[in-house]
Amino acid sequence: MEKSGYKTPYLLLIFFLIVLVVGINIGEVEVVLEKAISICLSCIGIQ
Amino acid sequence: MSQLYRYPMMLDLRRWIQIVATVLSNAWLLFPFTGTIYQGKLKSFCVPGLNCYSCPAAVGSCPLGALQTFMANIRPSLAVGNFHIGFYVIGFLGLIGSLVGRMPCAWVCPFGFMQELIHKIPSPKIEIPRILAWLKYAMLVFLVILLPLLVVDLFGYGENWFCKYVCPAGTLQAGIPMIILQPPLRGILGTLFAVKLIILVVLLVSMVFIRRPFCRTLCPLGAIYSLFNKVSVFRMVHHPDNCVLCKQCYRNCPMGVRFYEGANQKDCIRCLQCLRKSCKYGAISYEVAGALPVEKKQPVKES
Repeated sequence: MEKSGYKTPYLLLIFFLIVLVVGINIGEVEVVLEKAISICLSCIGIQ
Repeated sequence: MSQLYRYPMMLDLRRWIQIVATVLSNAWLLFPFTGTIYQGKLKSFCVPGLNCYSCPAAVGSCPLGALQTFMANIRPSLAVGNFHIGFYVIGFLGLIGSLVGRMPCAWVCPFGFMQELIHKIPSPKIEIPRILAWLKYAMLVFLVILLPLLVVDLFGYGENWFCKYVCPAGTLQAGIPMIILQPPLRGILGTLFAVKLIILVVLLVSMVFIRRPFCRTLCPLGAIYSLFNKVSVFRMVHHPDNCVLCKQCYRNCPMGVRFYEGANQKDCIRCLQCLRKSCKYGAISYEVAGALPVEKKQPVKES
């Protein structure tokens, strides 16, 4: 494998780290929490 | 020295990590007393494996459920000026994938762990057609992304299609425990629950005969991680000049991966069982950031 091939994981890591930080900054953590603390009846196939 | 003796603790270590991950993902042991799910701040964080957040014991969020929720709520979110389109979950999954590819399936996914345990039940073992492996990508594209995004009600809200119509982890970890904990829920059980129960039972039975049937054919979370297998920091390495095509790696692989056909295939979950238990010829190793931690063995094939 070429040396340059080893850069790809690091570029991906930086990219997804930025995406993660953007998500945290625009308040998506609260959205996840809000959904996860309620019993999702449709998710578990009850309704 | 054979590979078998190079990594004597590896398999046991994986089992222990699977146990610890399963317990940590489901550490809310007060649910029999509260009668409902954990509602603390830890649920802001996603767990790397498939673990339903409506499970009474779950202390984290399922990334697949969270991703579908973002897809299903994009229109109302944009309508009020928010851009909640799933950056948090996509970033989380991408980070893990970039680091270790599909490794969480083998080491920290409670549902994967359960499949391995059930498969230990003595029985005739059968193989599934390889084409079924593509089904999980269809699940990802249609049930996790497109249908939650495109099929919406009058107010623009979609549904978590995979969770609602397929996910056996939700039925097992959340559906069944919740109808035990909250008797009034039994009154609203309908066809949907029956269908999901059938899916669960079929999968549970198939786990006895087939290696990790859910992971290989239906799991969209594994499908996401698998996209990173060839480009992650941690990668498996195949040394063809050492390989004698004995196919022992395939026989011992919990995912039925034919390692001798090439490393980092989409179904490889980096359990390292082939490395530790199967290959005596030094044809399998791994690399971290392009460096081999163990020096490659000299070829053993006779010319």
